[in-house]
Amino acid sequence: MLNFLLKRLLAIIPVLLGITLLLFFMLRMLPGDPAQVLAGQMASPADVEIIRVQMGLDKPVYIQYASFLNRLVHLDLGVSARTQNPVIEEIWAKLPNTVLLALCAITLACAFGIPAGVIAAVRPYSWVDYLVTIASLFGISMPVFWLGIMLMIVFSITLQWLPAGGIGTWKHLVLPSVTLAAFVVAFIARMTRSCMLEVLSQDYVTTARSKGLKEKAIIIKHALKNALIPIITVVGLQFGLLLGGAVLTETVFAWPGLGRLIVDSILARDYAMIQGSILIFGLLYTLVNLVVDLTYAFVDPRIRYE
Amino acid sequence: MNNIYINTKNNDIEPDEDVKSSSGRGWAKLKRNKAALMGGIFLLIYIGCALGAPILFRGDPSAPNLMDSLSPPCAKYFLGTDELGRSILGRILYGSRVSLMIAVGVVGVGLLFGVPIGLISGYYRGKTDFIIQRFTDMMLAFPGFLLALALVAILGVGLENTVISIGISMVPLYIRLVRGCVLTIREEVYVKAARAIGTKDRHIILRHILPNVLAPITVQTSLGMGTAILFAAGLGFLGIGVQPPTPEWGSMLGSARAYMMGKPHVATFPGIAIFLAVLSFNLLGDGLRDAFDPRSKI
Repeated sequence: MLNFLLKRLLAIIPVLLGITLLLFFMLRMLPGDPAQVLAGQMASPADVEIIRVQMGLDKPVYIQYASFLNRLVHLDLGVSARTQNPVIEEIWAKLPNTVLLALCAITLACAFGIPAGVIAAVRPYSWVDYLVTIASLFGISMPVFWLGIMLMIVFSITLQWLPAGGIGTWKHLVLPSVTLAAFVVAFIARMTRSCMLEVLSQDYVTTARSKGLKEKAIIIKHALKNALIPIITVVGLQFGLLLGGAVLTETVFAWPGLGRLIVDSILARDYAMIQGSILIFGLLYTLVNLVVDLTYAFVDPRIRYE
Repeated sequence: MNNIYINTKNNDIEPDEDVKSSSGRGWAKLKRNKAALMGGIFLLIYIGCALGAPILFRGDPSAPNLMDSLSPPCAKYFLGTDELGRSILGRILYGSRVSLMIAVGVVGVGLLFGVPIGLISGYYRGKTDFIIQRFTDMMLAFPGFLLALALVAILGVGLENTVISIGISMVPLYIRLVRGCVLTIREEVYVKAARAIGTKDRHIILRHILPNVLAPITVQTSLGMGTAILFAAGLGFLGIGVQPPTPEWGSMLGSARAYMMGKPHVATFPGIAIFLAVLSFNLLGDGLRDAFDPRSKI
């Protein structure tokens, strides 16, 4: 197990380096002087000069990259041109909100998506199956921000059950989580259905049936357990979609998270902040994929010995 | 990937079809698929709206008419008007041109770079493959929509940059897809035979391998167009995509947000347009996959 863990951890190093390389060159692809870009359009020449020296922009590119990495390791992501606060502080303040939203959404999505997929697979081509299939197709095709607006019109403006935006109580969390989950639940339901269909036709399920086991036990203990690996993979991959969707959902519901921060920074051309928040999103996604890989080993012990 | 194989017990292939060629069987299957047929019909209507927008709606969809601002649906304005008094129906019709253009452009960028790079990566393997794959790893470390956001931050807003940003964010998906297929196809006997008789690599790639990758590429293209429309609408909604006054569905929703308190119709209809356009590509894509590429799952 330790070996497996170590291998997986080592495997993310090149990915992390890749993320930093991409972000490093992102700023340099912009037209104009990177120091000016980072300082913002309003900065004085003296401020620009300070940033130039601080970041070693007068030195060769590989030294610049090394110093960029060095600053990253020390959690120094620069200063926001918009607010003049350190980027890492602003991100730190918004990150928990996005993580909370994402976790609620993914929990909701699994809680509805997996059972829906299982039920559809147990009775293929029945009305339940068609209902799940159609509903998930609708979920995949619906723009998440539009769904958010529609939910808001119904539940906040018309019925006045839930707050339309902002953060505070659990009530504020309901609409954003449902909106974000709707997007992902469809993928999870589809994947669960097709994996379960495959597993349910396996010999060991027939054997279990012929032994006279209860159908419930067969479905949960024998079938679902074996279908879990691809389902977990999809949940992990959907987390990426979820982060993308979070940008839109946070904008709709004025949720003070990282997604909203990125959009505001893009609109304000605050490049240090854009770089920092995209880096954090990349890290978050990599981390989730790592956790997914590690869950495999728990769900399927065979993977550990490979 | 995990153990994916064709499960004959679940396949509803009728016995008489066994004699047909695999692509003939695919077409027959596609025609019987009601969902795909519906997707095709939706798609035709959508393309019809895009092409026939000037005939279906007379006048300038971007010209403000403040006298009639925020009018609910009525006889004069079938779907009502927006905050500048512009017909929502007209803007949706003209918006279908924009979104279709984006969808075609994005997938074009994806195919143009993704397919050749994927073919080379999978066929030659070795160092070239290694470098290309590490590069795709790097791009895939970011969720697609965020990669597009980052690219927009660099390139700037507007129609062209929206297409380029979303297109580039899709390139790694095509590279992965094509490479994966090539890796299995290059081991087939007919490819080995072609190589043994001294056929040039270029000929093998274009004549023997590419035709066999076309099915998954077609499926991915149909689904990719749906995603492209969703992404572009998302960027437009955030105000960093296609800019007003160009009628774009996402930015229409973005500006409608301010009026949803009393005038929900302004936000409702552009969303339905996006939904139907994406749904048509997804229905068709699903049908194409069931018919031509039954091994893949979602």
